[in-house]
Amino acid sequence: MLELKGLTSGYQEPRGVVVGAVTLKLPPGSFICVVGRNGAGKSTLMRTICGLQPALAGAATVDGADVAGIVARDRAQAIAVVTTERVSSPGLTARDVVELGRQPYTDWRGRLSANDREIVASAMDKAGATPFAPKPFDSLSDGERQRVMIARAFAQSSKIMVLDEITAFLDLPGRVEIMALLRRQAEEAGKIVLLSSHDLDLSLELARELWIVDNGRLVFGEPTELVSSGAIANAFDSHDVAFNTEQRRFVFAQAE
Amino acid sequence: MSDPASPTVTALPSVNVATPAFLAALLCVSLFTLSYGQVALGFERLFAALISPASDPVAAQIVRDIRLPRVATGVIAGAALGVSGVLMQALFRNPMADAWSLGLLAGGQLGVALIATAAAFAGPAAISFLTTFQGVGLTTGALIGVAVFAAAMAGLSRRVGNITLLVVGLMLGFTVQGLVSVVIHFANRVGGRVYSGWNDGTFASTTFGDLAFMSVPIALGVVIAVASAKGLSAMLLGETYAKSMGTDVRRLRWLTLGAVVLLVAPVTAYCGPVTFIGLIVPHFARAIARTSQILPLLPLAALSGALLAVSADAVVHLPWEQHFLHLNAILALVGAPVVIMLLLFSPSLRGSA
Repeated sequence: MLELKGLTSGYQEPRGVVVGAVTLKLPPGSFICVVGRNGAGKSTLMRTICGLQPALAGAATVDGADVAGIVARDRAQAIAVVTTERVSSPGLTARDVVELGRQPYTDWRGRLSANDREIVASAMDKAGATPFAPKPFDSLSDGERQRVMIARAFAQSSKIMVLDEITAFLDLPGRVEIMALLRRQAEEAGKIVLLSSHDLDLSLELARELWIVDNGRLVFGEPTELVSSGAIANAFDSHDVAFNTEQRRFVFAQAE
Repeated sequence: MSDPASPTVTALPSVNVATPAFLAALLCVSLFTLSYGQVALGFERLFAALISPASDPVAAQIVRDIRLPRVATGVIAGAALGVSGVLMQALFRNPMADAWSLGLLAGGQLGVALIATAAAFAGPAAISFLTTFQGVGLTTGALIGVAVFAAAMAGLSRRVGNITLLVVGLMLGFTVQGLVSVVIHFANRVGGRVYSGWNDGTFASTTFGDLAFMSVPIALGVVIAVASAKGLSAMLLGETYAKSMGTDVRRLRWLTLGAVVLLVAPVTAYCGPVTFIGLIVPHFARAIARTSQILPLLPLAALSGALLAVSADAVVHLPWEQHFLHLNAILALVGAPVVIMLLLFSPSLRGSA
């Protein structure tokens, strides 16, 4: 259970609050797409939920424990993170990278047990990363890298997965595959998956619940609800573009 | 693809072969440089000197008082520099980082020079104190100097790119060389003698007593290095991922910098600025281990660092007709081409230039 209690994310002045007090609960099996315009604060909100940056007020709790207060190792067992950052790491194979995901469970040397290896293998299978396991990580394509990073997050065996803009470098089929994979993971393994994406169409299609970050606030609800209430249009419409509620897609504003 | 564990297993034999090979090579080079120098003893007199010193007092003196401390210093210093190089390159995520290239050795030199100068100006009592307790005094100076420069470079690394940091580090080295020359010029001769010859690295100015002072901080540094290895492996994916995988990045950074200071400062205090070893040895270790995970690299880097140090020192002390060659000259002959190749062929560096 992930719970946000008045979680306010942002930075020291002058930038200040980015996303104001958010209060909500997510049960296991939630698959949530986080959308919003560039710079709306999706990443800031998600980093705060993961405990990667301190909250300005309020807290995010996992099964009652404040994410900001628990030790790094316990937090890593609870929350796995994948970012859009393009990692370059010469000298590591794809499997090495996935194995690093077991670090929250291994001893001080980071040695893998037979059980750890099994989990790594099944994580790579699930993410479709097994075919390039022995290849150098740096030699992989963007799509393959993201699969490896997702396999690494699976290997972390956490209840919560937070994925920030991970589909940004992928083509459309790649994006659909990855998002479908994560939704299956949420439904079958009972994980909480928080996925931010630029891809509003796909998010509307696949998400059980949508978070819209707009103007320092978070609006959440079922996709159909948010479309009909005009929340999407509010967040995304500009001078040139408008969200058409019936067609569920953006249209050129002058054409209306 | 059939055996999921194959890559980790295939990586290991190369390590298992390399470790004894390095040890054997190190032993051979050590025996060679113990028996051949300005005075060629040969292996028989060497073993006589080691086993029954009374039978050949001259050889015993040469071997026990001059050559053994020199070789031991080379082994310890080379290993320490190798390990510190692995730590620096992982921490700064920069394949060209090491204590010398990022100016930490310069910090140590400056610290030592300032302590020696202060003693020189304080008077003969301070000088005699410093000569007696050279080890402790100079190591303290080096520790402080290296620590200050390490903290400064760590801070700077968050603001500038890899190449800029590297150039700044090397320029710090030149600045300190200049400063030390000026200090030597103005300090009185006695004070100057304490750190004479420090513009070059050498393993030849230590006694067995010094080795103890040198080894203690280095051993502590190695322990911290081993303990930090897991977190540093996670750092290979960057700070955010390391944090998200359970590494306390702040703590890791301080621990690793602390280990580097403990490893490098005693070497600077007793051997002066020894260049290139820390920079190139981690690349050898990675090539042999065929991974950049930190833990398997540490013993390989220590061994190849020791081997490189003792080999370079052996060349320096061959029975040349003219005066001694410089240690750093030999290291540069090996190291500089390696660095040039790395700069030209490493995609990460070529891109960021």
